[in-house]
Amino acid sequence: MDTDNANQAMDTTLEELRHLVSDRALEGETMLLNMGPQHPSTHGVLRLLLELDGERVINCVPDIGFLHTGIEKNMESKTFHKALVMTDRMDYLNNLGNNLCYCLAVEKLVDLDVPERAQAIRVILVELQRIASHLVFLATHALDTGAMSVFLYCFREREIILDIFEMCSGERMMTSFIRPGGLWRDVPEGFEDAVRNFIRILPKRLKQYSNLLSKNPIYLSRSKGIGPISGEDAVSWGLTGPNLRAAGVPFDLRKANPYSGYERYDFDVPVGTNGDVFDRYMMRLQEMAQSLRIVEQALDHLPGGPVRSDNRKFVPPPRSEIGTSMEALIHHFKLWTEGFSAPEGAVYVAVESPRGELGCYLAGNGGPKPYRVHFRTPSFAAIQAIPVLVRGFLVADIVAIISSIDPVLGDSDR
Amino acid sequence: MDVLNRAVETLQNALKDKVLSVDVFRDQTTVDLDRAGILEACRILHDDAALRFNLLAALTAVDYWPKEPRFTVVYQLYSIPNRVFLGLRVPLESDAAEVDSIESVYPNANWHEREVFDLFGVDFKGHSDLRRILMPKDWEGHPLRKDYPLGYEEVQFSFNFDEIDDQKPYAKE
Repeated sequence: MDTDNANQAMDTTLEELRHLVSDRALEGETMLLNMGPQHPSTHGVLRLLLELDGERVINCVPDIGFLHTGIEKNMESKTFHKALVMTDRMDYLNNLGNNLCYCLAVEKLVDLDVPERAQAIRVILVELQRIASHLVFLATHALDTGAMSVFLYCFREREIILDIFEMCSGERMMTSFIRPGGLWRDVPEGFEDAVRNFIRILPKRLKQYSNLLSKNPIYLSRSKGIGPISGEDAVSWGLTGPNLRAAGVPFDLRKANPYSGYERYDFDVPVGTNGDVFDRYMMRLQEMAQSLRIVEQALDHLPGGPVRSDNRKFVPPPRSEIGTSMEALIHHFKLWTEGFSAPEGAVYVAVESPRGELGCYLAGNGGPKPYRVHFRTPSFAAIQAIPVLVRGFLVADIVAIISSIDPVLGDSDR
Repeated sequence: MDVLNRAVETLQNALKDKVLSVDVFRDQTTVDLDRAGILEACRILHDDAALRFNLLAALTAVDYWPKEPRFTVVYQLYSIPNRVFLGLRVPLESDAAEVDSIESVYPNANWHEREVFDLFGVDFKGHSDLRRILMPKDWEGHPLRKDYPLGYEEVQFSFNFDEIDDQKPYAKE
């Protein structure tokens, strides 16, 4: 490509990005190349400005915000219950995990207890969601590194999980099933059979995927030693979740600061050594097996009882009570018109999403609407670290590196 | 929580009256700091061998308009070895909404501070790359401020369709 033309195309941005590229770019010695936002392997609408010396990446400037929908601003205008549906739309591969994070924050803010059965079902659903998300990672990562068939297999298995979600909530993706104080309703008949069937199917499928990739020389040459990061650097760039564990730091919020009853389950946290593309792939492959273990244990010891708190000041009464109890009718009316009030104060709650630490900072001001909601999203941190990971590698490696950190742009832009 | 008490004590000893107050809400400890103390506080918490708050988990702000001090910049630090969160808060007056960047201690503060700058208009002194991040670069205003309206589109009926249509911001050549 003609360097002058490339520079001219970038003219509007070059002046303000001057401090982010080397001096050689200004003299036209290195090439500035735009990648995205409409690009099949940027996983959504991520734009990268690359400074290249031949095929080598010298600098990389990520540009996000193309999917910014003002979710945090919008949530401030809705009651705590109604704001929940917006969380589904952030990280669209981890809808239930987002619900859980927000609900835990609300419950902490108003000091609300959740019944044990609801906690266990939440864990089952969130772990299934984690598997579904990792399957999409595996599918797209394999596709980006040139293995088409893995993509099709992974989406086949993901569909089983989405069918389970549809069975519970009526929706495949935007479930809003986890509500402040518990769940929308109990899981339907046939839920346990469906999940057990999936637990039976997945392990051998995981082995098949592993056979397709883990020893595949083409995949290995594209992933081993590509985009490595040390544990210390990963922490200082805010990487969490599988991306951090691949670099050898055994940090998992489910173990470190358990929530929703995770301390009751026995599972391992896989840890890598090199922090390269291959390790990040291995982390997710192994995590799926661990998630299955958690789901199985939760299902084996599923407690009985109600699935939502009976604190009527915060949780609407069941439909059946409304016809017979005046008090239930009043509570129902109050909660769906005015909503419940949260005290003045703020909490920060973090959960382990498939991509890392998903945090919710929630501030109340005594009114029925969240005064301020902020989501600390793992993709935001991961995309920030892309320049560190890609520096010195080839243009073709960028594609493998981006997909290996598994960013979701809806998550980062909100 | 042993580590948290120690962290608060260390901060109080080192920063004296720059520590404004210590607040415990729902078992979560938050330290309110004067803006002059934030960078030093972060450095202490990050470097102290016993505390080691090595992860900046979140950085955001809250707008309490029309109250003063209007803005509160909120930091959530996490210590991976000790497994605890610690919140820091810096209140800022509306006519001096600026605070030191903590990028030199936590590199990942870069984007978080850009986000707060973009959505709240809080200035971060010493930041290496303070540009808008989520909103377009020619955007006017800071959307997460409380005096920034959410914005609605008027509903068009047959009797006032043209009237409203004339005022719609269609793209021009």
